Amino acid sequence: MRRQIPALASLLAVAAVLCVLPFILSDYNVSLAAQVGIFFVAVLGLNILTGYTGQISIGHGAFMAIGGYTTAVMSRDHHTNLVVTMLMAFAICFVVGLIVGLPALRFSGVYLALVTFALAVSIPQIPLQYSTFLGGIGGVTSSQTVSNLWIYVAAWTCSAILFVLAWLLLRGRLGRAFRAIRDSEIAAVASGVELPVYKTLAFGISAAYAGVAGSLFVLATNGFAQPSEFGVFLSLQLLIGAAVAGLGSLWGILAGAAFVGLLPQVSTSVPVIGSDHGRDVVFGAAVVLVMLLLPDGFAGLLARLKRLARA
Amino acid sequence: MDSAETSPLAGLRARGGAIDVDAAVVVLLLLGAAIFLLVGCLQSTTFAQYTVQGLALGSVYGALALALVLVYRATHVINFAQGELAMLTTYIAYQLMLWGLSYWAAFAATLAIAFALGTALQVTVIRPVQRSVIAVVIVTVGLFILIDGVVNWIWGADPKFMHSPFGFASFDVGGVEISHRYLWMMGVVFVSVLLVWALFRFTKLGLGMRAAALRPAAAALVGVRVDSMLAIGWGLAAVLGAVAGLMAEPSQFSLSPEFMQPILVYAFAAAVLGGLESPAGALVGGLAIGVSLTLVVGYVPQKYIGSELQLPLAFAVLLLILLVKPSGLFGRREVRRV
Repeated sequence: MRRQIPALASLLAVAAVLCVLPFILSDYNVSLAAQVGIFFVAVLGLNILTGYTGQISIGHGAFMAIGGYTTAVMSRDHHTNLVVTMLMAFAICFVVGLIVGLPALRFSGVYLALVTFALAVSIPQIPLQYSTFLGGIGGVTSSQTVSNLWIYVAAWTCSAILFVLAWLLLRGRLGRAFRAIRDSEIAAVASGVELPVYKTLAFGISAAYAGVAGSLFVLATNGFAQPSEFGVFLSLQLLIGAAVAGLGSLWGILAGAAFVGLLPQVSTSVPVIGSDHGRDVVFGAAVVLVMLLLPDGFAGLLARLKRLARA
Repeated sequence: MDSAETSPLAGLRARGGAIDVDAAVVVLLLLGAAIFLLVGCLQSTTFAQYTVQGLALGSVYGALALALVLVYRATHVINFAQGELAMLTTYIAYQLMLWGLSYWAAFAATLAIAFALGTALQVTVIRPVQRSVIAVVIVTVGLFILIDGVVNWIWGADPKFMHSPFGFASFDVGGVEISHRYLWMMGVVFVSVLLVWALFRFTKLGLGMRAAALRPAAAALVGVRVDSMLAIGWGLAAVLGAVAGLMAEPSQFSLSPEFMQPILVYAFAAAVLGGLESPAGALVGGLAIGVSLTLVVGYVPQKYIGSELQLPLAFAVLLLILLVKPSGLFGRREVRRV
C-alpha cells in the first residue's frame, strides 16, 4: 500500500487542478481543456487495446464516429437526454467492438493494422451513401447544444470514471491475461488464457471508450456529426496520442491527450508554418522524434526519472 | 518460425505429379475470371469499356501494392506512408514540369528523387526502431501526417493540373473506345514492374536483396550488407510508388494532397489478395481489384452501391480474403513452430 501513495497523491493533485481550472480559465481555454479530456478517454481506450493487449488499431476514429452519430441521431430523432446517449454510445460501441474483434482474432500485428486502417477510411463513406438517415455530407445535428463548461465537466467526469475502471480492470486477472497475450500468445494459451475471449473483450472495451469519446466530440462541435470530422486523421491522432503517452502504461495518458488535443491549436500560432497545415507538419515531425528519442513515450520518461530519483 | 512453400506454381510442379489442390483451385479461379471477362467483352461494348478502364486503374493499384510487398517481404512491416510518399513525388514531378522540364525528363528525375527519398527515410527514421513492429507502424503513420502537412503547406490544398502527354484521344476497337491514357498507364506500369523484376532476377544486387529478405542472418554471414539492402529496398518501393502516383494522376484528372489515400486502400486490398509476400500476386491482385470495382460500380445501381461505397467495398473484400484465405492467392501459408 505504501508504494501506491505517490501515485494516489499525484492523481489527487491532478484531480484538484482539474476542479479549479474552469474557475480561472477563459471560456475558450475551457473548451481546449475539454478537448484534452475527450482525447483522454479515447487514448485511454486505445491504450487498453494496443498498449496492454498488443493489438494495433489504426481505426479507432471509426468507433468515435459510431459513438458520435449515436448521440447526434438519438438527440435529433428522439430528444434523448445527452448523458443517456453517451451510455448508449458506450453500449453500441462495445457491441460493435466485439463484432470487429471477432474477425480480428484471426490476424495479428500488421494485418490487424491494415484492416483497422481500411475501416477508418471506409466508415466516413457510410453516411454519404445513406444520407436520408445519416445526413450525408452535411451531417446530423443534435437537437440540444451545451456550453463549454458542460462539456468540460462531462469529459473529465467520464475520464475519471473510465480511468478508475481501466485501472481496476487492468490490475487484476483481466490485465494479467491481456499482458500475457501481448508478450506471447503461445505462452498465454499454454497457461490457460482463452485467447478468443480476452482478445475480443479488449476490442470491445477499447471501442466502448472510443464511443464515449466520439459522443463528447460531437457535443463539443455544437452537436454536429459530420463525415469529415471522423476522417483517417482522427484515427491517426489517437494512435499518436497513445504512442506519446507510452504504450502499456496508464500514467502518461494525460500527456498524450494534451499532446494531440492541444497541439493543433497551439501550432497554428507558431510563426512561419503557422498556417492551417503547420499543425500536420509539427504533428508528424513530433511523432517521429518521440518514437526515435522516447520509444516508451511519456510514461517511459516518468519511469526513468523515478529510477534516477531513487538512485 | 518456419514457413511452408505452397505457391501455386510450385504446387503445379509438385513432386510425383500430384497437384496441390489449393494451387489448382487458384489457377482455375483465375482462368475462370479471364474467360468471364473475355466473353463479357465480346458480348457488350459497355462491359469492354469498363474492363479496359478497370485494368488501367488496376495496374496503378498493382504498382502501389508491389511497393508495399517489397517492403513487407524485406522487413515484415507495412509502410502506411507509401501512398503519401507517392503523392509527394507526384507533386515533385508537377513542380519540375512547372520549372520547364519536359514530361519524360521530369518523370526520370522524379524516380531518382523518389529512390533517394525512400532510402534516406529508411536509414534515418525506420532503421532505429525496426525491431518493434508497433514502433515502425507508428513512425510510418507519423510520416503519413508529416508528408501530408508538408505538401499542403508548400503547394496548398486546391487541385493542381498537370500537363500530360497522353492526351484525351482514343482508339476505336470494334465499337469500344480505348483511351490512349489507359494504354499508357498500363504500359508504363508493366515496363517498370518488368525492370524491377529483372533487377531482382538477374543482377547481383537483386540476389543480395532477396537473400537479405529471406534469411538476414545467413545473408550477413556470406557478406551481404543486409542494412544497405533494406535501404535500397525502400528506395525501390518509393520508385514504384512514384510510378503509381504519376500514372494515377491522369485517371483523376487533377492532383490534390489526398488523391492517393483511396488508392492506398485499394493497394492494401490488392496486396492482401495476392498474398502480401508475392510480387506477382500484388500485380494480379491489383488488376483484379481494379476490374471488379469498376464493374460493380458500373453495373450495380447507384441505389445499392454507388461510388461512395467503393471504399467500404474494398474494405469488405480485404476482410473477406483475410477470413477465407489469409495467405491470399499466391502467398505461402505461414506455419509457426513453437
